[in-house]
Amino acid sequence: MRSPSRLNSVMRMETPDETLALAAAGGDRAAFAALVTRHYDRVYGLGWRLTGSAADAQDLAQEICAALPAKLANWRGEARFTTWLYRVVVNAASDLRRRQATRARAADGWGDWEIARQAEMEESRAAQQWLEGAMARLSPELRETVALVLGEELTQAEAAEVLGLSEGTVAWRMSEVKKRLRRIAAEDEAQ
Amino acid sequence: MTDDFDKLKSALRAAPPPPGDAARMAALDAALQNFDLLQDSRQETAAPARPNPASPERKGFLTGVKDMLKSLSPAGLLAATTSVAALAVAVIALSPALHQPPEPALVRLAPQPATPEAAEDMAPLAAPALQAAPPALTARKAAPTSMPSADAPMVFEAAPEAMIAAGGGMAPTDMVAAPEPDTSAFANADANPVKSVETDPVSTFSVDVDTASYAVIRRDLEAGTLPPPEAVRIEEMVNYFPYAYPAPEGDAPFRADVSVMPTPWNAGTRLVRIGLQGRLPALADRPPLNLVFLVDTSGSMDEPDKLPLLKQALRLVLPQLRPEDEVAIVAYAGSAGVVLPPTPARETAAISAVLDDLAPGGGTAGAEGLAEAYRLADQMRGEGEISRVLLATDGDFNLGISDPKELETFIARERAGGSYLSVLGFGRGNLDDATMQALAQSGNGMAAYIDTAQEARKVLVDQLSGALFPIADDVKIQVEWNPAQVAEYRLIGYETRALRREDFSNDKVDAGEIGAGHQVTALYEITAPDSPARLNEPLRYGTATEATGPAGELGFLRLRYKAPGAAESQLIETPILSSDVTPDADARFAAAIAGFGQLLTGATYLGDWSWDDAIRLADGSRGDDPFGYRVEAVNLMRLAKSLNR
Repeated sequence: MRSPSRLNSVMRMETPDETLALAAAGGDRAAFAALVTRHYDRVYGLGWRLTGSAADAQDLAQEICAALPAKLANWRGEARFTTWLYRVVVNAASDLRRRQATRARAADGWGDWEIARQAEMEESRAAQQWLEGAMARLSPELRETVALVLGEELTQAEAAEVLGLSEGTVAWRMSEVKKRLRRIAAEDEAQ
Repeated sequence: MTDDFDKLKSALRAAPPPPGDAARMAALDAALQNFDLLQDSRQETAAPARPNPASPERKGFLTGVKDMLKSLSPAGLLAATTSVAALAVAVIALSPALHQPPEPALVRLAPQPATPEAAEDMAPLAAPALQAAPPALTARKAAPTSMPSADAPMVFEAAPEAMIAAGGGMAPTDMVAAPEPDTSAFANADANPVKSVETDPVSTFSVDVDTASYAVIRRDLEAGTLPPPEAVRIEEMVNYFPYAYPAPEGDAPFRADVSVMPTPWNAGTRLVRIGLQGRLPALADRPPLNLVFLVDTSGSMDEPDKLPLLKQALRLVLPQLRPEDEVAIVAYAGSAGVVLPPTPARETAAISAVLDDLAPGGGTAGAEGLAEAYRLADQMRGEGEISRVLLATDGDFNLGISDPKELETFIARERAGGSYLSVLGFGRGNLDDATMQALAQSGNGMAAYIDTAQEARKVLVDQLSGALFPIADDVKIQVEWNPAQVAEYRLIGYETRALRREDFSNDKVDAGEIGAGHQVTALYEITAPDSPARLNEPLRYGTATEATGPAGELGFLRLRYKAPGAAESQLIETPILSSDVTPDADARFAAAIAGFGQLLTGATYLGDWSWDDAIRLADGSRGDDPFGYRVEAVNLMRLAKSLNR
């Protein structure tokens, strides 16, 4: 019952995501394969930026890929495919965070930092440490926002669309991030 | 510092550690397997994550049996019977319930331990045979110690003993859909099934005056997504709307109003609507009130729709209070503390100033804050006064008690002191609905979700008296159906409120509260013995005893409640009489909302009743709608329809 591929392999190289997604939603296996292959790294990358853990990011990417066929069935081409996909990743990461939090807030992803902080800091990992420290002290909402705006280089309008927020809220969050960073810098100096 | 901002940007832009080819391949495999499975079944189903070696605590996955078989080596140890056709179907994989650690849940269907010989004989035949078989799923039993790092076929071979195949076809509807990744955790249970009066003549549940689910659904729909089915609690949707029920007479705390009407979605059944109207005592007669605002000021509340909205909402409460009422404020974040000691409500300026000064920061010591708030509330309560803790949070109760069960136990202990608890949920994204439900249900209170200033008005001004003044505790409803009139029944909603039959008369079993002026509506869909809509065949031998009692009654309604603070319950009884009067607008609207909820959760019993029917019914029964709640509901239905194409 599988539909034959309507897009040949040469075409697929330049086919827009949206076309592939529509074809995939309609049962085109090759289009679907091209689409997930094309976007796996993007999903994984944002997963990493959101969770701060390669293992979590791999799990997330796996989970999302596995759920993608069912999700795509609802694809209606109302947004850009990447916007839609980012939203899927952000929601999945948030869900993961919640599951982890329900078990025990203790130590997962960016939260590891709180524990690592108690242990000694390694000079060689200073930059990574700083990133983890900064991310750990942002609220999940701010973290999502910076991961999209700074990490994925979306415009504030695009990030707003992904997060289902107004552009104003994203702008507010970004200014909030700046404020936090200032506060963090001050706190670190004080210590 | 801007340079810190740039530093954050470049650090985030830096390439993440490479994902590893194995993980990548496994993910792409899972995607394609599920794609094929979906194409074959046209049924929404998906594989949860297969764990990767770096996080071995999450196990279990689901793959299409076809692809599993494609990648089977001929020697694959596939359990087989001698009948190839019977080999078809396998095992459902996990659907990690929200709120449970995602441990593998393995369903074993008539396992047929294979002999290696049989398997070797059968394997080559099996794959083609299965191509023609009904859609099937296979799951692998978790093999904790042997988790290979590579792709699916390897995984299969690593744990051959765990492959299970079972005879018998499994309908596509039996498949378990993977949970949609969603940002919030919800409390819900499976929809109530149709029950046979022959075997289950009595239905028992606790009232529920919460409305949180409706606000959450509205939030999702307005954001352009369908709410996850587990966020839908139909009774909370129906109870969101005010209805014109007759007021109670005399000293009774509430009055039950029962009506029967044809079911909009099924010509062969009828809907029984039970409406309870709580007494609204004259405001001047109300006892003095002690309110403890327990305000979550953790870092996660730092959002425009959380703490600022919360302050606005709580400020709305102040003018509703009388000068001699008292207010205290406890803030909880990294540590819990009293920020405003008990203060007479007339000192509005002082209370407002403290509210203004609340600033977010730190983790959430929810449990500590609750203990402190309860301590204050108990201390403030004088003779004949009411104390209530008003908890305002986004539900991120992560430090302290994180298990809702444990939290319930904690609250149940605290409520013994006599103080009530109401929960106001705020914010989008990490609302922990399950925790809120647990708190409000076990804390003798109600849960509402506040997403806009307008909703804050509805909950805290228009309906404040109900939110603050209990008139009946532990209200339980029990309906006994008359088998001569009713063959089958189904309670629509109230899944999370079900009680055991014997709990009805057990005053120790907790149930929901009704506040001043509150309304509770419950709908049953009932099927007459001679109706063609009957789902179960009548028993060949009939029932052991013939029905007795007045033949014209559909059933008998019993209500139990306690006066606030009382230990012993009182009983109200009334027969449910068959009356096929034309339903009033309220009844039709309640039915439309119940249909709306069912359309959002799979519409098992709705036949071909569609969104358009729901919209038409709701739109035609808006009646007097002074606050515009019903218009809003109709628009939400239209939105849901367009999203649900």
